[in-house]
Amino acid sequence: MLHIVNRSPLSDCALESCLSTASGGDILLIEDAVYAATSGNAFEGKVRAAMGRFKISVLRPDAEARGFGDRIIEGVSPVDYADFVELVAANKTCQSWL
Amino acid sequence: MSSVKKFMFVNRKAPYGTIYALEALEVVLITAAFDQDVSLVFLDDGVYQLKKGQQTKGIETKNFSPAYRALADYDIEKLYVEKESMQARGLTEEDLLVDVAVLSRAEMGALMDEQDVVMSF
Repeated sequence: MLHIVNRSPLSDCALESCLSTASGGDILLIEDAVYAATSGNAFEGKVRAAMGRFKISVLRPDAEARGFGDRIIEGVSPVDYADFVELVAANKTCQSWL
Repeated sequence: MSSVKKFMFVNRKAPYGTIYALEALEVVLITAAFDQDVSLVFLDDGVYQLKKGQQTKGIETKNFSPAYRALADYDIEKLYVEKESMQARGLTEEDLLVDVAVLSRAEMGALMDEQDVVMSF
């Protein structure tokens, strides 16, 4: 299934909850959750540790808006809005960790 | 009889995901018209507001980050960033779009205690 997270990992436990609850599948980081996938942030290690279990993507326009288009960690795939739709369509279910 | 008060604006939210950062900036600019002693502080996710290189075309939202550079024109020159917040986000002063004073969490707390008015965002 697809897990969508839109909160910063350093000010909200949404991504933490997602990672500890979900067993696997796709994770898409959008809006303020894109900070989780930026190099050097305190949550980076947890994102890296989750890469084996999940396929992690980040919405590129949200990363660029925040000035981090060029600082996405390796192993996280930058995607655009069309890819977002594809991800939703490709998964039977979707959980938004609001 | 007008007296100058010490105003502090506390920015703790990342830009774009919520409206806080933009609203804080609007209020700061209004305050600038009243010749007060204004300090802007950035801690926790608030430090992300000052990240260089914001490109908002893709999300079709106004990029308000250049406005932080214009604050000096309104005589708002006291910008403080909290060191631990910056480090936790992998950022250094080089990553920021304006010159700031970097304070420890303890120094930030002391500065907060000196204020007459504290506005929280």
